[in-house]
Amino acid sequence: MDFGLSKEHEMARTLFRDFAQTEVKPLAQEVDETEEFPVGTVEKMQKLGFLGIPIDKEYGGQGCDTLTHAMCVEELSKVCGTTGVIVSAHTSLCADPIKKFGTPAQKEKYLRPLVNGFKLGAFGLIELGAGTDASGQQTKAIVVGDEYVLNGTKIFITNGKVADTYIIFAMTDKSKGTKGISAFILEKGTPGFTFGTKEKKMGIRGSATYELIFTDCRIPKENLLGKEGQGFAIAMQTLDGGRIGIAAQALGIAAGALDATINYVKERKQFGRSLSKFQNTQFEIADMATKVEAARLLVYKAAVAKDTQKRFSVEAAMAKLYAAEVAMEVTTKAVQLHGGYGYTREYDVERMMRDAKITEIYEGTSEVQRMVIGGSLL
Amino acid sequence: MNIVVCIKQVPDTNEVRLDPVTGTLIRDGVPSIINPDDKAGLEAALQIKEETGAKVIVISMGPPQADAVLREAMAMGADEAYLVTDRAFGGADTLATSTTLAAAIKTLEYDLIIAGRQAIDGDTAQVGPQISEHLDIPNVSYAEGITVDGNAVIVKRQYEDRYHTVKVQMPCLITALGEMNKPRYMTPGGIFDAYRTKEVKILTRANLDVADESIGLKGSPTKVAQSFPKSVKSAGVKVVLESDEAADYIIDKLKEKFVL
Repeated sequence: MDFGLSKEHEMARTLFRDFAQTEVKPLAQEVDETEEFPVGTVEKMQKLGFLGIPIDKEYGGQGCDTLTHAMCVEELSKVCGTTGVIVSAHTSLCADPIKKFGTPAQKEKYLRPLVNGFKLGAFGLIELGAGTDASGQQTKAIVVGDEYVLNGTKIFITNGKVADTYIIFAMTDKSKGTKGISAFILEKGTPGFTFGTKEKKMGIRGSATYELIFTDCRIPKENLLGKEGQGFAIAMQTLDGGRIGIAAQALGIAAGALDATINYVKERKQFGRSLSKFQNTQFEIADMATKVEAARLLVYKAAVAKDTQKRFSVEAAMAKLYAAEVAMEVTTKAVQLHGGYGYTREYDVERMMRDAKITEIYEGTSEVQRMVIGGSLL
Repeated sequence: MNIVVCIKQVPDTNEVRLDPVTGTLIRDGVPSIINPDDKAGLEAALQIKEETGAKVIVISMGPPQADAVLREAMAMGADEAYLVTDRAFGGADTLATSTTLAAAIKTLEYDLIIAGRQAIDGDTAQVGPQISEHLDIPNVSYAEGITVDGNAVIVKRQYEDRYHTVKVQMPCLITALGEMNKPRYMTPGGIFDAYRTKEVKILTRANLDVADESIGLKGSPTKVAQSFPKSVKSAGVKVVLESDEAADYIIDKLKEKFVL
């Protein structure tokens, strides 16, 4: 059993770290303050292929793997949780299901521009009454001639409004329950597809979170993703992959807070010596570093499992559950070790603590992860 | 058109630490990078490739671990890579290094050779121009811009207070300044290709047509007598005086130090 990374993964990490430090870190505070989506950064990442890392070259992707994608999200999130989730949601929730369930024509039309063009992706599952219980879909798609007619509303959609391509779930046959849900590929600009409220959030404030509204929105039949009734299975399998991305985001936020705190405690002096000389500081840093490393091992294991195993739900759930809770714990300790300064917006750990919280909630709350893990054992 | 870019793996620090006993560089724990001037030269070559479809070949002389910078160059877009490595090349000064690199470049087809002005760990700025001498081709150093014009290259050559625009026929060698451009990032797929589908070709002593006495330690007339870090000076004394008094003060101090 070898825990070492290959040379290509090591070099990819160097690339992601250089990019994050040079291009993303200087903007992180501003992105949070202004709540503006970092368009310029996304364009740079599109040019470098960061938005198609685990997608086959056949469709213009980078031909790497899920581990490389997770490392990219991790390094971005070390300096900016917003930038991390943009890449994660685009790749895991939009490009990935098209890669897995799309027809060759759908891949050519939608996957290629997502990974090798300038199109951004999003995923619309959640509704007002269908959050953790995603089976309660109220959005309906009814066949009329060669089209489906979509009516309903989705909420809390990451990359909403800025994305060009959306994976949307809707009930096509209510009598069949979850087996009556279908998935569709929807383009921005389709008549009847509009955007509602932009959410004002605690953290990841530059990430665009919107309500999607469908009013007699007509989708051509060829945009059905997978088979009719396969939507719920597509959603659950997609979320298994998405959880690895969010786990990587959580890992990155925790690791970034740890790095910032190590620098701070070496510089800050109290009682005539640097904070790093106090045993309490050393013990806190030791605990934080150990948990970050444990989270990293779970995240990387889940990423490798996605590429090598048929099922990886439990690995992904464990990685997300643990990494998210470590992110919350480590960022809270980071703020504490920064003292009063840590509570101000002058220091990055304040933002990191706010950004960390969402990782315990979206793409399956920590409670859902425990349900997945518990269900596999009992 | 073939462009050969010479790159060197250097420690990523401007503060060169020396072993106080041996006087040699301490490389342990210091990450290695492509020398910045060389990386700018590579970027210039890659831009020419985009415009003209030229083939970009990177070459480096160094220990086996220099493989990493050649892979990095391929991950940025270089087409081929050669590592010139052999124990026989060890201990080389700039003359022996340029002799070895020139012999290696002779085994390749080239129109344009681009090297960095100088390496941050040696600062000699000699190897590039020396290679051009060995190959008997013209050299333009201190390039801040390179454009291809038919069979020639037009080089913006930097001086302290002005520029010269020089047109030079290929084959030729240009040494590049780090200020010339902002080198591109690698791509993730480029990195995977560099390790999984491309190869770094190895050139050893046996592949080169050079005399034993002109390579390695034997071929190096430069003898480093001693290497030592600069001693740290203590902070100066700040004295605030009127200008007349200040002039007297300075004269007195200079006399005190026997400068006057």
